[in-house]
Amino acid sequence: MYDFTYQKPATLAAAVAALGAEDAKAMSGGMTLIPVLKQRLNKPSVVVDLSGLGLSGIRVTDSAVVIGAMTTHITVASSAEVKRAIPALAALAGLIGDKEVRHRGTIGGSLANNDPAADYPAAVLALGATITTSKRSIAAEDYFQGMFTTALEADEVITSVSFPIPAKAAYVKFKNPASRYAMVGVFVASGPAGVRVAITGAGQGGVFRHAGFEAALTANWSADALKGVATSADDLNSDIHASAEYRAHLCGVIAQRAVKAAG
Amino acid sequence: MPQVTLTVNGKSATVEVEGRTLLVELLREKLGLTGTHVGCDTSQCGACVVHVDGVSVKSCTMLAVQADGAKVTTIEGLAAADGTLHPMQEMFREHHALQCGFCTPGMVMAAIDLVNSNPQGLSQDEIRHGLEGNLCRCTGYHNIVKAIDAAQGIMHAPAAE
Ligand SMILES: Cc1cc2nc3c(=O)[nH]c(=O)nc-3n(C[C@H](O)[C@H](O)[C@H](O)COP(=O)(O)OP(=O)(O)OC[C@H]3O[C@@H](n4cnc5c(N)ncnc54)[C@H](O)[C@@H]3O)c2cc1C
Ligand code: FES
Ligand code: FES
Repeated sequence: MYDFTYQKPATLAAAVAALGAEDAKAMSGGMTLIPVLKQRLNKPSVVVDLSGLGLSGIRVTDSAVVIGAMTTHITVASSAEVKRAIPALAALAGLIGDKEVRHRGTIGGSLANNDPAADYPAAVLALGATITTSKRSIAAEDYFQGMFTTALEADEVITSVSFPIPAKAAYVKFKNPASRYAMVGVFVASGPAGVRVAITGAGQGGVFRHAGFEAALTANWSADALKGVATSADDLNSDIHASAEYRAHLCGVIAQRAVKAAG
Repeated sequence: MPQVTLTVNGKSATVEVEGRTLLVELLREKLGLTGTHVGCDTSQCGACVVHVDGVSVKSCTMLAVQADGAKVTTIEGLAAADGTLHPMQEMFREHHALQCGFCTPGMVMAAIDLVNSNPQGLSQDEIRHGLEGNLCRCTGYHNIVKAIDAAQGIMHAPAAE
């Protein structure tokens, strides 16, 4: 790992100022950043630790679950309030990595990173969540801009994420058995934002909504409605784990399981 | 250079580190606690698991500076002062849950966290899944699961509280 200066600001304003330095990099749980630094894939001058800003915590209102950016995966997975309001979201957090990763990794870090196989992006897109930052609020549609790419600017810090509470939702993940990242993960939801199906792990451009599945489920919310609805392999990933055709097939299978799970 | 002060196995330590120093490097190289192992470069094997403020973390994926002010427990801190092993260590021995032993410190630390956070008790299947962050190249996991199953009985027994 290349060396860097470490800073742990106590206020959001100080963190934003510190991130204004050239090649400064934010750090939350470090579960993605530290492995990247170990491989010398990134050479920040300054690492700005966001853990002193008081950004963790969960608040549930009548219509939304609001999660602070520094809230760890384990906290979301084990939160009685989240389990009651959006059980699919708690379950999703419990499927991320392993217990040690869940103890440190955060929702803000996961969304800032936008790994094409990460789990939270599927929930954010399917539930029509809003991402609040040090500068503004960003709708899910505008936030994800391709793999590892988001609307965030270099000195912009995610502070919280607000998920509208759906009537029904479920997330089913077909895990790569070694890395535990999604080969295909499907989040289905029916709620204030209509019927939405978001797929992670499969797309070359990261998380995406599946228009064909959404139309079929809007007409008839049942697993059977998805039978025969095609998924094009054109924009899907091919790698050592699976071909694009295999992933296209999995999208249908996993989406049907998700609809069954949502009930 | 940054200075970190932390409590390791009940003893306070103040150490000079670089920004990039990993917690596992602090433990092994600065404090000589070589029971914590490094088995990979990808944060996937779990050989380096220790407890930070009571929960299991991968010490290869945490900066030493992030542990400033924290209480850290490593495999060396489990046994009693008179050498009596922690029930988890004792059950690993009893059930032959190690062969080469490389994964064992991380396995034991992860297993203790798993049992502590599930006071209602775990099925063997849940134990197996609960170890998803720890790899073992020797045992095939079977005896590790048996050892943890036996240890949870002792750790949750009212007399042990
Ligand atoms: C072994 C292993 C398995 C994993 N498996 C999965 C899995 O199955 N599914 C999954 O979804 N993820 C998985 N992950 C990734 C994990 O979820 C990480 O927690 C997450 O990707 C990053 O969160 P973090 O808090 O650790 O962020 P960090 O590593 O601290 O930061 C990641 C990136 O986001 C930026 N950043 C962090 N916080 C903010 C913020 N608040 N505002 C703006 N930018 C910010 C950083 O600058 C950095 O570029 C795995 C990781 C490991 C090591
Ligand atoms: S050394 Fe492999 S996970 Fe830490
Ligand atoms: S006993 Fe050898 S790696 Fe587990």
